[in-house]
Amino acid sequence: MTRTYQLTFLVGLKSGILDPAGQATRNVLQHMEYAVQDVRIGKWIRVAIQADNAEHALALGQEMGQRLLSNPVMESFEVTVKAL
Amino acid sequence: MSDHTAQPTVGIIVFPGSNCDQDTVLAIQALGARAVVLDYRLAELPPVDFLILPGGFSYGDYLRSGALAAAAPIMDAVEKSAASGMPVLGICNGFQILCERGLLPGALLPNPSGEFICQWQTVRVVNAPKGFETMADGTVLRLPIAHHDGSYRVAEGQLASLFEHGQVFLQYSDDKGGAHALVNPNGSVANIAGVSQGSVVGLMPHPERAMAQYLGSDDGRGFLAAWLGLRGNVEC
Repeated sequence: MTRTYQLTFLVGLKSGILDPAGQATRNVLQHMEYAVQDVRIGKWIRVAIQADNAEHALALGQEMGQRLLSNPVMESFEVTVKAL
Repeated sequence: MSDHTAQPTVGIIVFPGSNCDQDTVLAIQALGARAVVLDYRLAELPPVDFLILPGGFSYGDYLRSGALAAAAPIMDAVEKSAASGMPVLGICNGFQILCERGLLPGALLPNPSGEFICQWQTVRVVNAPKGFETMADGTVLRLPIAHHDGSYRVAEGQLASLFEHGQVFLQYSDDKGGAHALVNPNGSVANIAGVSQGSVVGLMPHPERAMAQYLGSDDGRGFLAAWLGLRGNVEC
């Protein structure tokens, strides 16, 4: 019996990888006089998927994150699961 | 203000990543006006009569198209000038910047097709805003569009108010001025291609790229001449 789970991915550049979008945004925030030290910009991805249980959904999420949703060369990701 | 008896002066703001600024300078000069290029870091404007935010990809479209340029130092001065009635025109990325700044209503989202759209497009004037008095409502213009984030949207419930307040300037249309889904290139709500608020106007098409028939259309010349308040024959 499968049910629907919601996977939420946060994908971002690995620390140490240059993030021009984050730097430009940091500079503008600093210009706006916020004492911002660093900005990193990534992606937020939400996926609805049928799975046997939460562990199964999370395992599929790990697989999707590695195979498509992130580029393991320069990005890392986190995935969380919740039943819908 | 510059001397109104002489040529009008148009300030063209260059942000990092603007790339239509020189085309816009040439278009303004072709109409007999003076063009001055303004750096985005300026805190105050030199004497100008008009302002243009040209097209391009300011700040590489980082965060959201136009979002970072909307907070550039010069934008405080732009906002002040707009409040005092100076005509401000945003073309493509300039339109996105003015929306992000809140000087124009709405927002421009990525095209639903996911594609960068670069093509000729007809648009019709729905409601000629202040500054475009010489352009009759219903006029159909042939202008190029070139954008990835051109899908115009407004907050829920805001669309009727835009029409009621005469803020809908241009709609994507067919050659006869019919605005319907088949001629909507980017999923913009109500086919909206341009809006206005007070003396501020924004549009996705590029009038500065339609300055002569040999380029495919000279409707951009008429458009910019109307905005500058020029009448009669304009020298090519």
